[in-house]
Amino acid sequence: MTPVATSFFFYFLSALALSGGVLVITRRNPVHSALALILTLLALAGIYLMLYAPFVAGVQIILYAGGIMVLFLFVIMLVNVGRVEKEKQFNQQWIVSFVAALGLGILFVVIFTKSPLLRQIAQKPPAQLVESSNTQEIGNWLYGQYMLSFEIASLLLLVAIVGAVVMAKKRV
Amino acid sequence: MPAITPIHYLILAAALFALGTIGVLTRRNVVIVLMSIELILNAVNLNLVAFSRLWGLQGQVFAIFVITDAAAEAAVGLGILIAFFRNKETINVDEVDLLKW
Repeated sequence: MTPVATSFFFYFLSALALSGGVLVITRRNPVHSALALILTLLALAGIYLMLYAPFVAGVQIILYAGGIMVLFLFVIMLVNVGRVEKEKQFNQQWIVSFVAALGLGILFVVIFTKSPLLRQIAQKPPAQLVESSNTQEIGNWLYGQYMLSFEIASLLLLVAIVGAVVMAKKRV
Repeated sequence: MPAITPIHYLILAAALFALGTIGVLTRRNVVIVLMSIELILNAVNLNLVAFSRLWGLQGQVFAIFVITDAAAEAAVGLGILIAFFRNKETINVDEVDLLKW
C-alpha cells in the first residue's frame, strides 16, 4: 500500500519530533523533558512507518517509549531533589558548546544538500520493500547472516543488567 | 508540496543530532544529558532506516542493534547516576570530578 499525503505527514511528524527535541534540552523539570522525549520517539515511530519499517516502529514504541523511558522516569523520581530545579541549568561553556553544536548541524545540512554523491542517492529508485513480510524478513536476517551479532547483543544486555545492579546496589 | 526524498530525512536526522549535541554539551543535569544521548542515537537510527528505504532491510536490522545498545547504555548510565547520587547528593555534571571517594 503506498502511503497517502506523504509530504504533509512528513512535515507534521518532523515538526513534532523537533519541537519535542527542543523541549527536552530546555525544560527545567526533568519529568517534563522525559515526556517531551516520548513525544519525539513517537513521532519518529510514525516516520519509520512512512519508510516501510513497521517492525522498527513497533520496537521503537514498545522498547523506547515503553521501556527505556519508564526506566528514566523511575530514576528521575529516585534522585529528584527540588533544589536542582532552582539551580543554574546550563554550564559555563554553554555559548561555546551551543555555537559548536550548531556549526556541526549546519555542516551536516550543507553536506547533505550540496554533495553530488548524495544528489545521486536522491535520484536512486527506492528498493522494493514489502510491508506484510517485513518482520519475517528481519527475523531471517537476524537469525541468518547476523546470528553472531545477535548473540553478542544478548551478551551485551547481560553485562548491562549485571552492571546496573552492581552500580545501584547499596553495598557491594 | 514537493515529494519527500531521502535528503529530507537526512536533514531531519541532522537537526535532531545537533539538538542532542547541544543538550549533552550545555546541560548540567545528568538525567537530561542521558536523554540527549538518546536523541543522538535516535537521529542515527533515522539515518539507518532512511537508507534502508533505498538499499534493503539491513539498515533496519542495524537500527534494532542500535536500540539494543541504547537500552544497555541507559541502564548502566542510570545505575552509575544512582550510585553517584547516593554518595554526593547531587546530579550536576560539573561536580562529577572524582573516580573514587
